[in-house]
Amino acid sequence: MQVSIKWLKDYIEIDLTPEELAAKLTMAGLEVEAVERKSPSFSGVVVAKILSISRHPNADKLSLCRISTGAEEYAVVCGASNIREGDVVPLAKVGATIPGGYTIKRSQIRGELSEGMLCSEEELEIGGDNTGIMILPPDLALGQDLADALELGDTVMDIGVTPNRADCLSMIGVAREIAALTGQRVKYPEIVFEETQEDIRSITSVKIEAPDLCPRYTARILKGVKIGPSPFWMRQRLEAVGLRAINNVVDVTNFVMMEFGQPLHAFDYRFLEEGRIVVRRSRAGESFVSLDEKERTLRQDTLMICDGKKPVAIAGIMGGLNSEVKDDTKMVLLESAYFQPSSIRRSARWLGMGTDAAFRFERGIDPGGVTTALDRAAQLIAETAGASVCKGIVDEYPVKIGVSEAIPLRVDRVNGILGSRFEEGEIIDALKSLGMTVSATEKAGAYSVNPPSCRVDILEEIDLIEEVARLIGYDRIDQTLPRIAVKPLVKEKKQILIENIRRTLNGGGFSEVIHYSFITPKSCEILNIPAEDDRAKTLRISNPLTDDQAVMRTTLVYSLLDTMRTNANNGCHNLKIFETGKIFVDCGRGELPLEKERLGGLLTGLSYDDFWHLKEPPADFYSLKGVVEDLFDALRLSDTRYDASRTEPFLHPGRSCTVFVNQEPVGFLGEVHPDVQSRMDLRNRALVFELDLDALARHFTGLVHYREVSKYPATSRDVAFLIRNDIEAAEMIRLGSLSGEELLEKMNIFDIYVGDKVPDGMKSLGVRFSYRSPHRTLKDEEVNEVHRNIVNGIVRAAGAKIRGENN
Amino acid sequence: MIAELEELQKRAETEIAGAGTEKELQEVKTRYLGRKGLLTGLLRNIANVSPNERPLFGRQSNEVKDILTGKIEAALQGIKAVEKGDTLARERVDVTLEGRRIKPGRLHPVTQVREEICSIFASFGFSVVEGPEVEQDYYNFEALNIPKDHPARDMQDTFYIEDNIVLRTHTSPVQVRTMLKQPPPVRILSPGRVYRPDSDVSHTPMFHQIEGLLVDKEVTFADLKGILTVFLQEVFGGDTLIRFRPSFFPFTEPSAEVDIQCVMCRGEGCRVCGQTGWLEILGAGMVHPEVFKNVGYDPEEYSGFAFGLGIERIAMLKYGISDIRLFFENDWRFLEQF
Repeated sequence: MQVSIKWLKDYIEIDLTPEELAAKLTMAGLEVEAVERKSPSFSGVVVAKILSISRHPNADKLSLCRISTGAEEYAVVCGASNIREGDVVPLAKVGATIPGGYTIKRSQIRGELSEGMLCSEEELEIGGDNTGIMILPPDLALGQDLADALELGDTVMDIGVTPNRADCLSMIGVAREIAALTGQRVKYPEIVFEETQEDIRSITSVKIEAPDLCPRYTARILKGVKIGPSPFWMRQRLEAVGLRAINNVVDVTNFVMMEFGQPLHAFDYRFLEEGRIVVRRSRAGESFVSLDEKERTLRQDTLMICDGKKPVAIAGIMGGLNSEVKDDTKMVLLESAYFQPSSIRRSARWLGMGTDAAFRFERGIDPGGVTTALDRAAQLIAETAGASVCKGIVDEYPVKIGVSEAIPLRVDRVNGILGSRFEEGEIIDALKSLGMTVSATEKAGAYSVNPPSCRVDILEEIDLIEEVARLIGYDRIDQTLPRIAVKPLVKEKKQILIENIRRTLNGGGFSEVIHYSFITPKSCEILNIPAEDDRAKTLRISNPLTDDQAVMRTTLVYSLLDTMRTNANNGCHNLKIFETGKIFVDCGRGELPLEKERLGGLLTGLSYDDFWHLKEPPADFYSLKGVVEDLFDALRLSDTRYDASRTEPFLHPGRSCTVFVNQEPVGFLGEVHPDVQSRMDLRNRALVFELDLDALARHFTGLVHYREVSKYPATSRDVAFLIRNDIEAAEMIRLGSLSGEELLEKMNIFDIYVGDKVPDGMKSLGVRFSYRSPHRTLKDEEVNEVHRNIVNGIVRAAGAKIRGENN
Repeated sequence: MIAELEELQKRAETEIAGAGTEKELQEVKTRYLGRKGLLTGLLRNIANVSPNERPLFGRQSNEVKDILTGKIEAALQGIKAVEKGDTLARERVDVTLEGRRIKPGRLHPVTQVREEICSIFASFGFSVVEGPEVEQDYYNFEALNIPKDHPARDMQDTFYIEDNIVLRTHTSPVQVRTMLKQPPPVRILSPGRVYRPDSDVSHTPMFHQIEGLLVDKEVTFADLKGILTVFLQEVFGGDTLIRFRPSFFPFTEPSAEVDIQCVMCRGEGCRVCGQTGWLEILGAGMVHPEVFKNVGYDPEEYSGFAFGLGIERIAMLKYGISDIRLFFENDWRFLEQF
């Protein structure tokens, strides 16, 4: 909220500099986000009087003026038509500068001498009026500098008022706060005006049909209103806090809202059918044109202010076009009411109308200030629009507005919560300075506190404790460390697993990325994910920022590929990246989705970009598989299996697989499907994996089983088998291990050959068998026998032939 | 004969000195000391020496043999040393070429800062607890004393899935869920992704928070000040000035915003701190009695404090990053710097 220090000074003495004041308010919880000095953007402009006006001989639209600054007289050519002889106006003398960087020069305008310029409000950036020369109050001293004469300089603070401090959404509210901090007293405006004999009850009536939403409605009638611009001091104050001046009646309602925090509305009485007010709920589908000239269709339960026949305002939010104060308005019904905060908030949000009035009503206005503001506005309209105020007010008050009852306060509780050592007297003084009534009770150190009606946020003891703390100052509270029991730190297995994964992948050259959890709804289609797949059941955000962030992701793959694309566009074609994060599976309306934690990784290109030494091939399936194998190795997960018979729709069907740990599927790895690559505009081969972290955590123990290292040498036998091409390496190793032979330490594939020297559909597989005993050196003969049995077993089971053997 | 021997020694020594390669030296060796060599030949003629000169001749020729053998060996060592030197010189590499590197990967800066913060609080005994990112309105708002239609909801714009299901706007619901599950004392840290619909240089629709909660008997606002001061000085340096100023959060009371002296200008006032000399770094406060009531804790018996901070904000200040969106663009040139 914008707060003008000049305006504040109408209500309180301020000896502090704006910066000191801002610091004081900030440290008391009213955060001053900016302090802006507003000084006039002109110089050399003085108060002057028009002595005479005559027609310009050579131009119909110009006139020649004789201008006096008291001491001197000047000839000025002027194009405005609103000036009269005797008017007091701003004169920019020769040498003056006016906004926009113009310097006034002596000049000839159509052959006539002009020694200066008469200015409008807009030309001087004092106000918004550009319809003519600014007419100044007649009592200003001629020749005085205009900025001094109008007291133009001001400093405006932008205060971020927290939602609990509804009481600070006005100048007097902020003044009250300053008073509590500085010990000054608030000077409330004196409200006095005369009433006519005519009783308001003979003119109008108010009927509240929805007392739950409108517990109180008060009104006054003003007659003989003369609509016109409001006085300069009022416009100046409104504009300083960011409000546009409109006319004297509307300006007064805004002025009083900013002064007391009570939003008001003025109706043109002649448009109120039956001359009365009815407060009721809207009917569904009812339509209404508000002051901003927009037609709105209402839903049920919006609180409406109506006349005898039709709605004339959306209560607490905005008036209607049909009853707006116009230039020829003569009679005004002035409204000051209390509306139920949450109802106003609901309606304002639903209608998308966050007006200044709604902002205040939904936070809770001062229930004790409704008629004060009404009277203040009546006084100001009487003063500025020459209106007469009819006798009395209409005050419909069917439901007592809840004000907090006496709140008990224990001094030891204050210091107990704060860890402070505040004196009892100090605590009481702090509360009293905020306008609270503090009464002692029979019990020592126990008090009963009544906050002022404007402090709608203070309901219980803890609220009082906060007030005490912020007023005495948080810096007066010590810093201590809590006395708490020592206890072992609980670290979930999954946390340890993830730390391990990060370390291992980092070591393997993979860097961590973090993607948004929401992605484009098109991702499923791009990834070939069919509708019946669980991953096609994406959770939709009802109010996404952009379309491509509209659904929660069900796989990390799309984001990884997207990052590969953006990096490729930046000229980076080699990537090793991983992410840990959640995926979300929709579980139907009203249910929270299933959240599963995943590890995803992407590999593409070379390890080295343009390296001087060896030229390695770009990453392929086995580069990626090696990463995953290393990872499992580091996690001590040894029972792993890679199954090509199950794969993913977005992966190359011949170069991908499902990954099993302890016979449970935990994810997939492989080359991205060429169709997906081209849809995502990826030119280089992309390899991805995704593993289920919750599943891995179930299998992960972090335990190491040490096996004694054999002191005896190993001996190996190499065999080249000729087998069908579709027999996988893992199958050969499984067949070898079927023997259950203890001496067989290891089998590994050291060569694969497909080509001219083997028949079509066949391949040659070089297998090295290592034999070792932990207890003794093996003799050739016993190895030969064991080896022969194993090889024969494989030959039989796989239908293999032996191409060659080497001991 | 003796003279002949001396003559032979002199010639042999000259030839040894003249031999430039191992091979030449071998030839010299064979020529003089070999089985058919000159010295051997001379010895074979010992019969021609007069008997009384024989012992002297024998002794001298053995001496010559030893001397020559020694000299050949020494020359051989010399030649080998030179040859080895040549070989090593040929094997010289350019030490300025880039090595064959593994290039270990990097952790995302958000993770690095998160780990740093978690480990500081781990030393105070705070355990990490996580919770759902898609939440019931109840846990995200209502249980935290933010009723429906309350203006406090304006403090956090919200992504909705349905009326009552939201993307969590803070990690506070984890605190509620934890307190509902266990009796006090509680000492937890809840880091994680949170969501608010906003996007500009200082906002992204997803970001990371860490919140802490400590509930026990006789926990005070002074304790909150103490722990957070230690924490912030650990992160930003022991001489960092810290101030606590009153603020409002519906789930804590009294509430505080905690500012540190601007790390850019050291309090002088600059663009980063909006000329104030201070940077808002975290929000904190004493757990509101209403929240305790919602989870079945007795606010008269227990008290506690909670605090929350944005990880990206800390990372931005630590590393001097001016646009928060960079954290989620995953540009390699950004990532590889951390």
